[in-house]
Amino acid sequence: MSSTIIPKKIFIRVWAALLVLLLLTWSLAQLNLGKFNAVAALTIAVAKMLLVILYFMHVRYSSRLTWIFVAAGFIWLVILVDLTLSDYLTRGWVPGVPDKTWEHGVWPAPQKD
Amino acid sequence: MAEAHGALAEQFEELPQQQEASMLGMWTFLATEILFFGGLFMSYIAYRSIYSQAFAEASKHTIVLFGTINTAILLTSSLTMVLAVHSIQENNVKWTIRHLLLTISLACAFLVLKGFEYRQDLHENLWPGPHFKTGLPPQAQIFWFLYWAMTGLHALHVTVGIAVLSVMAFLAGRGKFSATYYNPIDVTALYWHFVDIVWIFLYPLLYLINRSS
Amino acid sequence: MKTATAGPIREAPTASKRRTYFEEGGQTLASWLLTTDHKRIGLLYLFSILFYFAIAAVAAALMRLELITPSGDMVTSDSYNKLFTIHGTLMVWFFLIPSIPAVLGNFVIPMMLGARDVAFPKLNLLSWYLFNLGGLLATYAVAFGGVDTGWTFYTPYSSTYSNSHVITMAAGIFIAGFGTILTGLNFIITIHKLRAPGLTWFRLPLFIWSLYATSVIMVLATPVLAITLALMALERIWGVGVFDPKLGGDPVLFQHLFWFYSHPAVYIMILPGMGVISEVVTCFSRKPIFGYHFVGGASVAIAILGFLVWGHHMFVSSQSIYAGLVFSLLSYLVAVPSAIKVFNWTMTLYRGSISLATPMLYALGFIGLFTIGGLTGLFLAALGLDVHVTDTYFIVAHFHYIMVGGMVTAFMGGLHYWWPKITGRLYPEKLGQLAALIMYIGFNLTFFPQFVVGYLGMPRRYHAYAPEFQIYNVLSSAGASILGAGYLLPLIYFIWSIKHGKKAPPNPWNATGLEWQTPSPPPKHNFEHVPVVDQAPYQYSPEAAEEMVHG
Repeated sequence: MSSTIIPKKIFIRVWAALLVLLLLTWSLAQLNLGKFNAVAALTIAVAKMLLVILYFMHVRYSSRLTWIFVAAGFIWLVILVDLTLSDYLTRGWVPGVPDKTWEHGVWPAPQKD
Repeated sequence: MAEAHGALAEQFEELPQQQEASMLGMWTFLATEILFFGGLFMSYIAYRSIYSQAFAEASKHTIVLFGTINTAILLTSSLTMVLAVHSIQENNVKWTIRHLLLTISLACAFLVLKGFEYRQDLHENLWPGPHFKTGLPPQAQIFWFLYWAMTGLHALHVTVGIAVLSVMAFLAGRGKFSATYYNPIDVTALYWHFVDIVWIFLYPLLYLINRSS
Repeated sequence: MKTATAGPIREAPTASKRRTYFEEGGQTLASWLLTTDHKRIGLLYLFSILFYFAIAAVAAALMRLELITPSGDMVTSDSYNKLFTIHGTLMVWFFLIPSIPAVLGNFVIPMMLGARDVAFPKLNLLSWYLFNLGGLLATYAVAFGGVDTGWTFYTPYSSTYSNSHVITMAAGIFIAGFGTILTGLNFIITIHKLRAPGLTWFRLPLFIWSLYATSVIMVLATPVLAITLALMALERIWGVGVFDPKLGGDPVLFQHLFWFYSHPAVYIMILPGMGVISEVVTCFSRKPIFGYHFVGGASVAIAILGFLVWGHHMFVSSQSIYAGLVFSLLSYLVAVPSAIKVFNWTMTLYRGSISLATPMLYALGFIGLFTIGGLTGLFLAALGLDVHVTDTYFIVAHFHYIMVGGMVTAFMGGLHYWWPKITGRLYPEKLGQLAALIMYIGFNLTFFPQFVVGYLGMPRRYHAYAPEFQIYNVLSSAGASILGAGYLLPLIYFIWSIKHGKKAPPNPWNATGLEWQTPSPPPKHNFEHVPVVDQAPYQYSPEAAEEMVHG
């Protein structure tokens, strides 16, 4: 918790940056960049989140303990996602067979009704 | 949380200790919220990884105009929230209340737009179930279920936020807060920024998957 | 429930009548139900968990009665499904998880820290109400038809096909879960911010380290359970397909989300028990704990590593075998810090001046039984072997050795250890030792045959079984009645001791720790003056103890 009072203009600038990033992410989504679309969108989202956390939530000016608490929540979410994905992304692997035996995006075969 | 009268609660020795405890307590609560929403994000990530085409198709039917405007509204509400904290730090109760009311208004605007958007979604039969919109792959229903669940849970948090912010504005009007004691506003602000951050991620994941084709 | 107009302890009127937390703060029912005193809240929890334990124990008794004969002749298979579900859900969420943290932790943590109360006393009371609101829903589900999905609520049975009160039970667990989260949050902040002057992290009792690690798990894991149960309930209500294979949903996703919580949950259950053992073993060996930093660090390591192993519950679920390999390896790693603790407790006993008081008997029982349970966990961490014994009684025996042989034993030990502090009365020591022995014998007779019969192939969750397994089941059921007696005896003498037990001095065990520097029972504010700490914990001396005994 910071007892320093951060000047208003910093907040206004952060807000402006956030709106610029919003415009950027919307614009990039209009272009077809293949896989890079998702990467770009998430990177920008992370950037926005960092701005909110560090400045609006004062974490930049907070104690090391606060940083640890903040990090813990995210790290644990990453643990959940990573280890679960380790199942989903490796299900089709068969030792000795170079190609995946089921196609990404089409599992199981979709029923057309 | 400490007494609303601003007095030091008896289990604490001094005000800074109480203040730090409140902030850490709220951060701990926000960590739980990260994991709470996290289960939904995990479901989204798992299904998007195996049904990327169905998700891309399903996402085309979200209304990106509503989503983008709502993102801008929430980002601005975070600004007004942090300005409310700034005002009380400078002992300016009048502007604290004004910024709190502005935040509430923006939050309400968010919900109103969300309501219009939901109405439109329902009009297009985008509610999963037997009457789901035809012409989409069946896994699109999973995307749309997650859409309703994630935005619904988020909207619930916005609503709770509006209630808490209203209480803060009321108490501020009663003179409960000053530059020496404004814990509850500080802690409410943290909650509000968290709600904003959840939406910062919901926006690209739900609206921006496949806008280009 | 304390409704008496005078406290349960009648002190002879003297010039300097000391007021305890029973008198201070009011003596009406309302003063208890609206209390923010952590000591009273601990007692409120004790009453609550005993209620749910009783229901779950009756369910277990009925199961063991049914299993005396191979054919399913006492209850139908549907009823049997409900019995093991009721037993599992109530024991896990409404007894084991709150037991040490919410009863002993609430009572003892602020006192061990030299504090007046927890950081957020009103949240503490809210926790208890949320716990009981959840418990009310769970009891309703039990009373009005039961639930038959197993405590694991696997989809799509729970989300689509079961005809029992799944949603009510899930709602009960959901709400109680928020009580748990608030308790964990409270403990974390209390331990960070309310320590007495001089009480640095490495001067803290190991009970605090264990409860801190437990609280971190509570806070990070429980929310995932909450959202998972919510998703399952939504699927049930609206027929949407998030776990439904017909729509492309994946039942294994439910299992990932469920076990992400439920594996760390078992560490929520055992870590507090380990904390109690650390306190008891040092006190009754009159020796500082061997390797304090390792034991404390092991608690943190268990909390962290415990989050990385959940897939070992899913080896046969059609989870990718590569993920299974990773989870198997990590499961071996998580055994290491537990083993470190067992080693350190044993080394504390070595060359200690050991007294076999009741808490110590429970602690020794814990060390042995937890070791057996833990070692069998290593069997299960091996992918190949797990395929053979999964869903058999081997698993049932494994977790009961840890939960009952470990956790409940530790709870009994802790209850006996701190009983003088909580009530100001001593329990009858000889009866205590007898009960510990009965419990130990009953426990092993109940659960050891289950290892054997599980390895031989008897599946779990079946009310009928092949006739060649009968002898093991008969032994197990016989053991269960002895175990029941072992639990009934303390219930009786604890209640007896409240009015008739010898008055307890402030420090009947001559233990170190701030909680013993205040009268038994303590005043409402715990300490007259905030204590200052200037030495390491566990300043026991076995030589001095031996001298006192032998001269």
